[in-house]
Formats: sequence, structure tokens, C-alpha cells
Amino acid sequence: MKTIQKFLLGLSAGLLLVGCGNTSKDSSNSGAMSSSNAEKVYVPPGEHDEFYAFMSGGYSGNLTVYGLPSGRMLKEIPVFSQFPTNGYGYSEESKAMLNTSFGFIPWGDAHHPDISQTDGVLDGRWIFINENNTPRIARISLTTFETEEIIEIPNSAGNHASSFVTENTEYIVAGTRFAVPNPQKDMPIDEMKGEFKGPLSFISIDQEHGHMNLDFQLNMPGFNYDLAHPGRDKSHGWFFFTSYNTEEAHSMQEVNASQNDKDFIAAVNWKKLAEYVKNGGGTKVAGTYAHNVYDESTMTATTEMKEGVISVDPRNVEGAVYYMPVPKSPHGLDVDPSGQYIIGNGKLSTQLSVYSFDKMMKAIENKDYDGDAYGIPILKFDSVLEGVVDSGGLGPLHTEFDGKGFGYTTFFISSEVVKWKIGTWEVVDRLPSFYSVGHLTIPGGNSRKPFGKYMFSMNKITKDRYLPTGPELEHSAQLYDISGDKMDLLLDFPTHGEPHYAAAIPADLIKSKSKKYYDLEENNHKYAAKSEAATRVERNGNEVHVYATTVRSHFAPDNIEGIKVGDKVYFHITNLEQDFDVPHGFAVIGANTSEILIMPGQTKTITWEPEREGVWPFYCTDFCSALHQEMQGYVRVSGKNSSTKLRWSLDDEWKE
Amino acid sequence: MKSIIKISAIILLGFAMACGGNEEKKDKDQIKISNTSNTGKKETTPKATQKTSTEDDMANIGIGPITSVEVGDGIDEAMAGRGKEVFNNLCTACHKMDKKFVGPAISGVTKRRSPEWIMNMILNPEEMIKKDPIAKRLLVENNMAVMANQNVSEEDARAILEYFRQIDNQ
Repeated sequence: MKTIQKFLLGLSAGLLLVGCGNTSKDSSNSGAMSSSNAEKVYVPPGEHDEFYAFMSGGYSGNLTVYGLPSGRMLKEIPVFSQFPTNGYGYSEESKAMLNTSFGFIPWGDAHHPDISQTDGVLDGRWIFINENNTPRIARISLTTFETEEIIEIPNSAGNHASSFVTENTEYIVAGTRFAVPNPQKDMPIDEMKGEFKGPLSFISIDQEHGHMNLDFQLNMPGFNYDLAHPGRDKSHGWFFFTSYNTEEAHSMQEVNASQNDKDFIAAVNWKKLAEYVKNGGGTKVAGTYAHNVYDESTMTATTEMKEGVISVDPRNVEGAVYYMPVPKSPHGLDVDPSGQYIIGNGKLSTQLSVYSFDKMMKAIENKDYDGDAYGIPILKFDSVLEGVVDSGGLGPLHTEFDGKGFGYTTFFISSEVVKWKIGTWEVVDRLPSFYSVGHLTIPGGNSRKPFGKYMFSMNKITKDRYLPTGPELEHSAQLYDISGDKMDLLLDFPTHGEPHYAAAIPADLIKSKSKKYYDLEENNHKYAAKSEAATRVERNGNEVHVYATTVRSHFAPDNIEGIKVGDKVYFHITNLEQDFDVPHGFAVIGANTSEILIMPGQTKTITWEPEREGVWPFYCTDFCSALHQEMQGYVRVSGKNSSTKLRWSLDDEWKE
Repeated sequence: MKSIIKISAIILLGFAMACGGNEEKKDKDQIKISNTSNTGKKETTPKATQKTSTEDDMANIGIGPITSVEVGDGIDEAMAGRGKEVFNNLCTACHKMDKKFVGPAISGVTKRRSPEWIMNMILNPEEMIKKDPIAKRLLVENNMAVMANQNVSEEDARAILEYFRQIDNQ
């Protein structure tokens, strides 16, 4: 009784607070706790969010999908890491996705997702994301939300200045963050200077299927190429890369790579280089790399190991590559929607350096140089600098744009987001971020057409923002309303892994194209059983192939005999369902692999190597129907030399 | 107290579901529980509200996109052929011609149900098992196994109907 009283008391108190708090209309000053802010992020049950946000999973190797403004996590898409949740990287069909020239690699470090564009506007066909550790780029379909392709980048190391797309998705880039010998060779580390290289790779995209092709590598001096941004509109055809460690220090970089007052932005005319390569320019150099492609029709990934890449010496292509000086070890580099302004974020300074594309072109025309670096002309700083955003903040990292004339820059050290005006470079607003903000994202905020309603910051340090969960905490993101003159902090939400960067897009641009199930008639999987009549078990030496099907709520077959200790059993499971969101799962006791989650109309394969005699169960892992608990079967495993006949059944109709 | 009654009812229901219909099938079964509970409580298996007559059944066109179907006197063999193909691929995991499997046996269905009802059951199963009196009854009779929506096109559903007519005319 007492508890009920307390509960009612608490409830009415709560209602009073919620009902009466913040009747004031002035929401901008009322803080994140105000009820009007709660309404802005509230998506009622059953309704959909306005935007998709695709967050890099960082060291999870994957990509997570969120809804905005609610901050609800919708899905985790496995990309560079094995994912036992659905069998990615474990199933026979998907293992090839993780092949590299170093062999099978079960993990990756995902960094910067970027959505494909047409005419500089997000088109929602694909999303690309780079892997930093073993340099790779992945392409994910925004129809199936599955990873369809991964290409390795040879001769590169620390693939960080990646995977940014040009405005018609002609190319994506992969810059080398850790300068290395190119070609790789055994040599003393302290002889790095002048010997190491920083190749910038240009990957061309086939517009019909999105397939990636390593077109050429620009063999740049051995600085650390950190981030990149394509020119757009008037500067379309150029790509800009920041660099640090122009000191070429090989040790204690935190001190030794910060000696020079200025490092460089590399301005690269990729159109000119592509033309040069097309006409036979460049030299074919060594470089082994894996190219993994998933075929939606056969539902199977294959690896092609490729050899050799066209390398271009930047000094050999007149007018294609220049350096522009940037103060204080720049990190992010961003281009405004008009393509006119190039923003260098000097991470050890308080200022942003803004360069003018027009001034850059003029300086090139006038050969207004300030010396050269390894034969690459350095444009005179004063000739290309347009202005400075002097914010007073510390540690600027990244900038995005709202399409309404403003830039938004994160400051890592002073933990804040600063809004400033393009053209006058004056600071118009600033709000704290909790804590130590890295990237920020505005939907389309790195394209010609930003959708400037929300901005979210991705923060490296969480500390007290949520209930403590031991020493390890998920990172935190903060959502801001940027529709007004002043930014308004709306919401905190936890993110998975480390979302270095994110790409966001209006939901209307992709949700109607999202696939609901795979058409069974278009299933061309080699081991599919497209009806129960086609189910069977075949032995080939000690390999046993089970062609099985699922439907609510049974497997066919569900009894199998004649498996022997030492066999390798391939369970090829086809889900015969043809309805949205009716997956079935498959798991068998003692399998040293994972479960598989099979979407309607799909076939997936997992292996099982039984080591003990007995009768062993398998079952459906996804609660599929009222009779899900009944969705199970048995495999009889006999001794290695037993004469148990291979046979299988459903409902006691045995076949052999 | 009340909850104990509820729990025992659920347990009994579970037994009834697990063992119902097994008696005639196997002599080896060691556990024999009759369907009427020995505690004297009423059988709790849900029942359809009322039994409908065959005439009523044939008048029922079901709920869904199909309001009337033109059925010829003869059989369109080509259409029935397509129907057989689609049926074999998408339906046989649960329906056999001459025996009850997960769902009812198909043989004779065109004598029991209207052509519209058959097509609506294929095309709109979710709503049918919620609202249509026959479909509701069948759900209970078939161990609560729901009819799956296999996203068959109207054209293919019509072809399946023609295949059923062909079977029933033989």
C-alpha cells in the first residue's frame, strides 16, 4: 500500500514538473532539459525519424545506423570486422570479404563514411568507408544496407585521408597517414627522411554498379596526409589534402612533428592526373592487393588478388600538384558549399585559415611560389589566404556547413562547437560539447547542398554523461538544433565504438528504396534449395553438404543421420519466406563458427566439424513465430568407421 | 491464488498442445494424457466462436484485394502450370495436397472455399487470420501456425487458384 502511495505521489510530482516547467517561449536559453527541446527530439511510437545518420564504428570496424532527431540506433552494419550476430565474416559466403594481401583479417579500424553524390548533392546510392589499419575502402549498398565490396590499398599505410567522394562520385581517395618506404623495403628507420613516401590513391567508381577500381597512386613526399576534401562546384576537379609531420620525424612525433610553424595542404588537380594516366602516363609499380566483391545474385563474395598499380610522380605532370602552407599541424580540411573557400583547421592553434580557390588559381597562374618541397611548388601563403576565423577556441579539428552561409567548427581542446559566418569570418555563436569533440556532421554538410536543420558532434570523452559502466564507456554524441540564429543543444546519445565521422541524409532519399526481402526466384546461390522438394544431404569424401530450408516454423530436413566424427558439414540454409522482416537463424551445438541469420529468400552457409558421437540438436536462433521454440532438429553423429547410412527426413519421411 | 489458477491453466494448455493428436499415431508413447483435464476444469484451448456451414463458407469471399473472380468452366492449362510452379516453390513447405502438414491439405479446397476467399487468404493472410471467421477457425485448428505472407502477385495467386481447380477437377 505504502509503495502505491509513494508511486502516485512521485507520479503527480513528476507530472507537475513536466507540465508546468518551461512555459516560457524562449527555448534557446532554457537549456537541454526544457520540455520544448524534449518535443524536438521526440519521435512518437511507430513514427519514423527524419534523417538517417551513418556513424563510423571506429575500432569496432563497422558502421552503425541511427535515426535523427531521436538518436535511436537502428542497425549495426558489419564492414571490416567479423560479426557473429549475423555470421558476417564467419559464413562461407562472406569470409572472402575480409581477405587481404596479408591474409584473412578479422578486424578493422573504420573512420570516415561518405555518401555517394550526383552534381554535388547526396544521391543515396552507396556509402563508402575507409579502414585505417590495413588500408581498405568498403562500399555499402543503401538498398540492402550490406557491405558489397572492399578494396585494399597497396603501398599505403594508415589509410586516414579517406574515403571522400568527388561530386559525381567519379573518384574516392585514400591518403597515406603514416609515410612508409614505397616500395616497401628493409631499411634503417632513422634514414626515413627523404626516403619514405606518402602515396595518395585515387579509386574510380563504376557508376552503374559502384564497383571500385584503383586507378592510380600519386607518389607524394613522405609527409603524413591526414584528411582530405574534394573541391566542388567551381573547384570541382581538385582535391585537397592536409599534411603534418613535414619534419619527417620518425620518433616522438608528438614533439618532433610539431617543430615547423607551417605544414601543407596539397592541392591536387585529379582531372589532369586522370587524363595523364588515361593517355598512358605513370609507371606500373609493384603492389599486391585484394579486391573483394559480394554478388547479390549468388549471395557470395569472391576475392580477386591483384598485382601492380600505376604510380604517378607529381613532378612529371605540369600544373597538377601544389602545396599551400597551413599553420600548426592541420587536421581537418573542408570546402564550403560554393567550392570557393578551403578551410584548414590547424589543430595546435586557435585559428582557422581560410584559402580562396580564386586566389589559388591566380597564384598558380602567376607562379607566385615560395620555394618548393621535393620539387613540388609551394604557393605563397599571403597570396592564397583569404581570411582567418579567430575564435579564441583551442584545437580546431573539423568544419561543416549549413547551406545558409555559416560554418561550424569543432574545437577539441576547448570542447566546443563554434559557428562563424562565411565571408566576414566572424564568430556568431559557440556552445560547449561534452567532452573533447572530434568530428561533427550536418546532413549533407560536406556537399553542395547541406540540409541544415540539425548538427551533431561526436565526442571522444564521455565521463559523467551517462550511468557509469565501469572504466570503459561508449562515446557520446550531442545533437544540436541549428535552424535558428543560435545553436540549441537538444540531446545526448551514446554511440558504438568510436564514431570518428558520420554521414547523414534525409530519410526520404533512401527509405522507399530499402529492400524488404530477397526474391527467391532471383536467388542464384550455388547451394540454394529453393523448395522443400530440393532439400537433400550429399556426401563427398568427408565433406557433407546439407541443402536445407526454413519456413515458419520448421527446418527441412530436421533429422539427419550418417554424419561421422571427422566430417566437415556445410549447412546451406535457404529461407523460403517471402515477407519483410522474417529472418530465421541457424545454430548447432559445438560449432566453432557463429550462428547465421538468413534473410527471407536468402541462402547462407555455416560449417560444423563434429568431434563427438551422439545426437546433437540444431535450432532457429531468431524468435520467428509462436512455434519458434519448436523450430529445431537433430543430427546423429556416428563413429568415424561406422556404417550408419546417410539419410534425412522431415515428419518421418526418410530419404537417402 | 488467482495466479496459481492461471499458471496451472497455462501449464495444462501447454500439455494439451504438445500431446494433442499423438494418441493414434504412436503406440510407443509413454505419456498419455487425455484432452479433458482430470481436475475437472474446463478445457482451455481457444475455440473459434462458431462453426459455419459449408454453404456459408462458399458465400464468404474473405477480406482483401479480391472482390470477384471470373472462373471459367474449363481449366486454363497454361495458367495452372504457372500456378503449380509458384505453389511448389512458395507454399509446399507448409501445404501438401493430400495430407495436413503445417497447414491444411489443399485437395478439395475449391469445393470448400470461394475462389475469392482462396486468393485473399494467399494475398492478405495477416488480416484474414485476424478478422475472417474461417481463417480464424483454421488458425486454431492448425496449432496457431500463422499463414505466411509469401508476397505472391495477384496474377500468380490467380494461377495458384487455377492449379487448385485443376487438381479438384481430376
